[in-house]
Amino acid sequence: MKAIAEGLFTSEPEPRLVGGKDRESGRIVFPCPVNDRFEPVPLSRSGTLWSYTIQRFRPKSPPYAGPEAFTPFPVAYVELPGETIVEARLVDVDFDDIEIGMPLEFTTTPLDPDAAEPVLIPAFRPAEAA
Amino acid sequence: MGDVFVLGVGIHPFGRTEGMSGVDQGVFAVRQALGDAGLEWKDVQFAYGASDAAGNPDTMVDQLGLTGVQFINVRNGCAAGGSALFSAQMAIKSGECDIGLAVGFDKHPRGAFDAKPSEYNLPEWYGDAGYMVTTQFFANKIMRYMHLNGISRETLGRVAEKAFRNGEKAPHAWRRQPVPLEDILEAPMVSDPYSKYMFCSPAEGGVALILGSEKKARELGVPLVRLKAATMRTRPPGSFEVFAPSVDIERGGSATNIASRDAFNIAGIGPEDIDVAQLQDTEAGAELMHMAENGFCADGEQERWLAEGLTEIGGKLPVNTDGGCLACGEPIGASGLRQVYENVVQLRGQGGARQVPGDPKTAYSHVYGAPGVSAVTILER
Repeated sequence: MKAIAEGLFTSEPEPRLVGGKDRESGRIVFPCPVNDRFEPVPLSRSGTLWSYTIQRFRPKSPPYAGPEAFTPFPVAYVELPGETIVEARLVDVDFDDIEIGMPLEFTTTPLDPDAAEPVLIPAFRPAEAA
Repeated sequence: MGDVFVLGVGIHPFGRTEGMSGVDQGVFAVRQALGDAGLEWKDVQFAYGASDAAGNPDTMVDQLGLTGVQFINVRNGCAAGGSALFSAQMAIKSGECDIGLAVGFDKHPRGAFDAKPSEYNLPEWYGDAGYMVTTQFFANKIMRYMHLNGISRETLGRVAEKAFRNGEKAPHAWRRQPVPLEDILEAPMVSDPYSKYMFCSPAEGGVALILGSEKKARELGVPLVRLKAATMRTRPPGSFEVFAPSVDIERGGSATNIASRDAFNIAGIGPEDIDVAQLQDTEAGAELMHMAENGFCADGEQERWLAEGLTEIGGKLPVNTDGGCLACGEPIGASGLRQVYENVVQLRGQGGARQVPGDPKTAYSHVYGAPGVSAVTILER
């Protein structure tokens, strides 16, 4: 399955998000802007939940390209230590178990598994217990 | 530099008005404001008009009269009305003119605002994935704020409950039916922690303010409501704004912080001197966060303030006395000017059932919105 856009995450067996590092200030943003000021850098696979909400209604299409049949999904901000806070889906977690500060790890998830050609979007899931 | 006074105010009721365009609602408000000030359209030397989605404000001259008046259109996101007012007061303060108009109106389709990634310099995938949804941002922002500052969901509910209770007493409000706290908390969720009663809706409406010099105000014999400060500011580094694929770990202040601080500096007074405030309440949590961002309380104190009713009409600092955006809806071009309208009504003692007791002398208004803009005014009688 291919990514929803090129350059969002690496194609390693354990993919990592690709951020952009400001060549002058060192500030890291996501996604990597398409200009010379930013150098693409892979980001940490581990982070903690900074904030979240549950999207309870189907976003308008266009632009939303998810499944017609809507099920609510969590939209989270995940702090990647020393890097930045990124917006992404949360998967593999009951809504009631979501807690700010919980350890998370990066993964990908299909935007619409039943699409003719499904695409992967960035997501985080609860970190494996050590 | 001369002082600026509000000579007259007018409003077209907010909500949904079939068969009346946004421009028509703006014209309605202008005529009412002119009548209130005892002026005619030909007396108006210049106008700044704000609208986001309802056409060019300067087309109002077709209905108001082709006097050749200087008319500048303002489109500045959620701060459009505040920007129109800011610009108008500058012209009077400078001495260039002595009677001017700030007008705002809008008419939005039902449902959440439509936004395209390209308009915000964002990649297409961001919209495909379902993130061009403003409510997600508001919900994420308050979820973090509640976690850090010990704010309960019940307090969010109390803000909405107060809004509909105050809206019932404001003839220009849209939602004029009180809703019990329990119903607000148990209503269908839109974006956790917010239920449907905790978000305002896009709406329609028009507001007009006639501004003038002290000389004109005294000539006309209108109540002397002085515009002590009007500021409009954009965001500093490290703020958290709508449609943000990433946020800096090092947190910064907000456009509101700067607009508020500068307005208090210009007015030469502090938050403790304000008798009534209208604060941006796009959602219930916004009112709470803006109480702190504007300096009225510390982060976390809102829990007690709401429980004790300190922001009620008879409280220590009445907030959103006409029900704010939650009860009036948010026609972008008109919303910030509605707050100033409401403050003028309160300072003149014309608030009827929603009048703040104790003869308020100072009033504060605050707008905040995409993409990280804020406008503040301080009025004094």
